Amino acid sequence: MRIGVVTFPGSLDDRDAARAVRLAGAEAVSLWHGDAELHGVDAVVLPGGFSYGDYLRCGAIARFAPVMRPLVDAANGGLPVLGICNGFQVLCESHLLPGALVRNDHRKFVCRDQPLSIERTDTPWTSAYAPGERVVVPLKNGEGGFVADERTLDELEGEGRVVARYVGENPNGSYRAIAGISNAAGNVVGLMPHPEHAIEPLFGPDPRSGTGGLDGLRFFTSVVEGLVSA
Amino acid sequence: MGRVVVEVMLKPEILDPQGQAVLNALPRLGFDGFSSVRQGKRFELDVDGEVTDEVLARVREAAATLLSNPVIEDVVAVERAG
Repeated sequence: MRIGVVTFPGSLDDRDAARAVRLAGAEAVSLWHGDAELHGVDAVVLPGGFSYGDYLRCGAIARFAPVMRPLVDAANGGLPVLGICNGFQVLCESHLLPGALVRNDHRKFVCRDQPLSIERTDTPWTSAYAPGERVVVPLKNGEGGFVADERTLDELEGEGRVVARYVGENPNGSYRAIAGISNAAGNVVGLMPHPEHAIEPLFGPDPRSGTGGLDGLRFFTSVVEGLVSA
Repeated sequence: MGRVVVEVMLKPEILDPQGQAVLNALPRLGFDGFSSVRQGKRFELDVDGEVTDEVLARVREAAATLLSNPVIEDVVAVERAG
């Protein structure tokens, strides 16, 4: 079981994502933005950070990195791909996911423990969660407002492609409190919050909240278990 | 040497927090009477030689592909400059 984690210039959370992959029981394979191939990995994580300094638009330059060409083809062919935060922005700029992420409506960077409800659980990245399950993982973004036109939003809702939604106060102005979505097939998932920062006791959101700080780990165990049984 | 100017604006229906921040700052400095501010991007692309129709067509393509995201932005101008 080999899961690739892409490093772009300016990626920040690639090490954390690789650690999450290993703790979930898979081998983490570092993929370089300049690689023109995926080295036979079984799934790919696009991590958070500020690829190419967020110049032009978040994810806009990363979209044209050499590694994205085989990745887009493989994603369209069914390869499980998870984009977290900046990775979500890259997936939208690549048109693998609809919509876009824009500056938070309140103009401030947000960094907090964020309650979510997991709404789609038949994706390779969320199969270990129960439908409607509440989890708490870190959220940290300046441009995390998910926007799309009304027709696209209605399609996402109608086809059950809203993977996660913010619970409580909307932290960044995302339309319909959307925190994560999938493509039609479900193999490509984009998520603004950071499950890879909630995978070990004491390092995730405060265990006193009753969550144990491990709420993010099942994004990674989901894909590992799915690939093992496939 | 020729120059092409490309201007990109957020679509009208997309919230522009930066423009709002500017709008709120204006009256604090005594610049009253403005009801809205939208902030956009201006690109200046220099080419060797003349800006031909062919060059303009290529810039239009680049503007639609890379310089703007059609989900949230409109290319409002692609023009020869100077």
